[in-house]
Amino acid sequence: MIHNTFGFIDIQAKREIRRSVLKAIAIPGYQVPYSSREMPMGRGFGTGGLQVTLSLIGEGDCLKVIDQGSDDSVNAVNLRSFIEKTCPGVDTTELLEEANLIQSRHRIPEGALTEDQILILQVPYPDPLVIVEPSEEKRKIMHGEGDYSRLLVKLYEDLVEHGEITISHRYPTRINGHYVIDPSPIPRYDVPFLDQSKSLTLFGAGREKKIYAVPPYCDAEPLAFEDQPFRTEEFFGPQGQRLGCHRCGSTESYLDEFDDQLGNNLYQCSDSDYCNRQMETT
Amino acid sequence: MLRLGLLQPSDGDNLNPILQVKGLSKIYGPGCPSCFELTGPEKDTNLCPICGTVISVRGIDFDLYEGEILGIIGESGSGKSTVVKSLFFDETPEQGTADYYEHGVPVSLFEQNAAAKRRLRNQSFGMVYQNPHLGLNFDISAGGNIAERLLVNGTPNYGKIRARGIELLKRTEVLIERMDEKPSSFSGGMQQRVQIAKALATNPPLLFLDEVTTGLDLSVQAAILDLILEIQEEQKTAMIAVTHDLGVIRLLANRTLVMKYGQIVESGLTDQILEDPQQEYTQKLIASAL
Repeated sequence: MIHNTFGFIDIQAKREIRRSVLKAIAIPGYQVPYSSREMPMGRGFGTGGLQVTLSLIGEGDCLKVIDQGSDDSVNAVNLRSFIEKTCPGVDTTELLEEANLIQSRHRIPEGALTEDQILILQVPYPDPLVIVEPSEEKRKIMHGEGDYSRLLVKLYEDLVEHGEITISHRYPTRINGHYVIDPSPIPRYDVPFLDQSKSLTLFGAGREKKIYAVPPYCDAEPLAFEDQPFRTEEFFGPQGQRLGCHRCGSTESYLDEFDDQLGNNLYQCSDSDYCNRQMETT
Repeated sequence: MLRLGLLQPSDGDNLNPILQVKGLSKIYGPGCPSCFELTGPEKDTNLCPICGTVISVRGIDFDLYEGEILGIIGESGSGKSTVVKSLFFDETPEQGTADYYEHGVPVSLFEQNAAAKRRLRNQSFGMVYQNPHLGLNFDISAGGNIAERLLVNGTPNYGKIRARGIELLKRTEVLIERMDEKPSSFSGGMQQRVQIAKALATNPPLLFLDEVTTGLDLSVQAAILDLILEIQEEQKTAMIAVTHDLGVIRLLANRTLVMKYGQIVESGLTDQILEDPQQEYTQKLIASAL
């Protein structure tokens, strides 16, 4: 049997990633380049987030892995079992309050995170400017100069065409008053959770080889117009009532919509752990 | 209606310079000590025979006064466009200085850092290119193009940006109903009008016009030139108009520089240059056109 080092990647790689993480925290929102390692899974399956997690995790840590808000989706299960295999002495959990490291992709868990928790998001496309400028060299200059006018033009065009901003996820968000980030494919609903969050949020993009961070108690302000403020998704029924989860009944969570095969639309909390907690308390 | 030189620098009360250019030179190539000696109008080339460098602009001096339109005329390759492109930071000149007077205080253009250059370019200067593809983003609507220039400079307020866009497009006689269409669906004349509207969005004190009417049909040319004159009258915008068209110079410019192979061969009041050219090249240029 081949014995890998603790956490699969070698110590030099971990040191490099930790240095990049420190730099990312020091310059909130800045995309720090790093040499993303080959992982025993395809890029695009969360290798960026995984490398950050593996560089930070140690004995006694407790990890929660979620994908699309669920602990039981294929990607989350695979990542969790990989970490269990390669990191002896590390606990995993599905309960938010037990975890001190949370790796996620499409969601920020419902309910406030604490100062003792680190949220690690897997990122497919780190640069929000990629939709308006194909050249990375020019994008870097635009980031340096804080020139995000073309992103605002994109929002302007949206307003002209549709009467509202239609970006559903990856909403461009200005961190600490300067750099604008792509906050990974979280829905608009989750963007306000980044603002003045008690926890540290780290973003790892494996394929694009970038790490960036939103430090605790840092401003995260979604791009918007003065007179067209940022809005999150709303879940209202035909009578104008806030829709609730069909399972736990919560009317305060981000809902997934699905078809029950009988022709009815059902709504359910996207965060399965939150939904379970709500079920217990009621 | 033909309106000639409304403001002459000799008027006396309008002698504040807005731009002073000294010794501006731009070359394309490695350059050698003999470059300047072996090129120019008297050598009848701008290509250095030793090192093959193109001497695009060499030692250009001129002043531009507030509210004045200065014409630069010359044949293709004379360096006239390079002069305005250098002043608009599209090109980086090798030598020379250019002082832009911002509220009476000189700002040395080529010594500014990137952020200051960007501010000048986005706010204080406007540029209208011959090719609308250079001045406009064809992937976004006409209104979006104007919004972009406003968003670089000011606070993002959708209502105000929209209102300003409508105001500018009305002023440049673009149909408001077509504001949300992409420039690719517009005629050439309309594209130029949108470009002018975009350039004017920040009320820049200085506007560069690089062959604005070249390639447009005659009636459209006349309407665009009329618009430029009206704007100059209303806002007292100083302009540099680069063209090879004597008619444009005659209509727009108070003073004119004649360029050949990167150098100014003659300069003076437009009327004088057109009616009584002193240099052989200018005489040939005017004789061939009229």
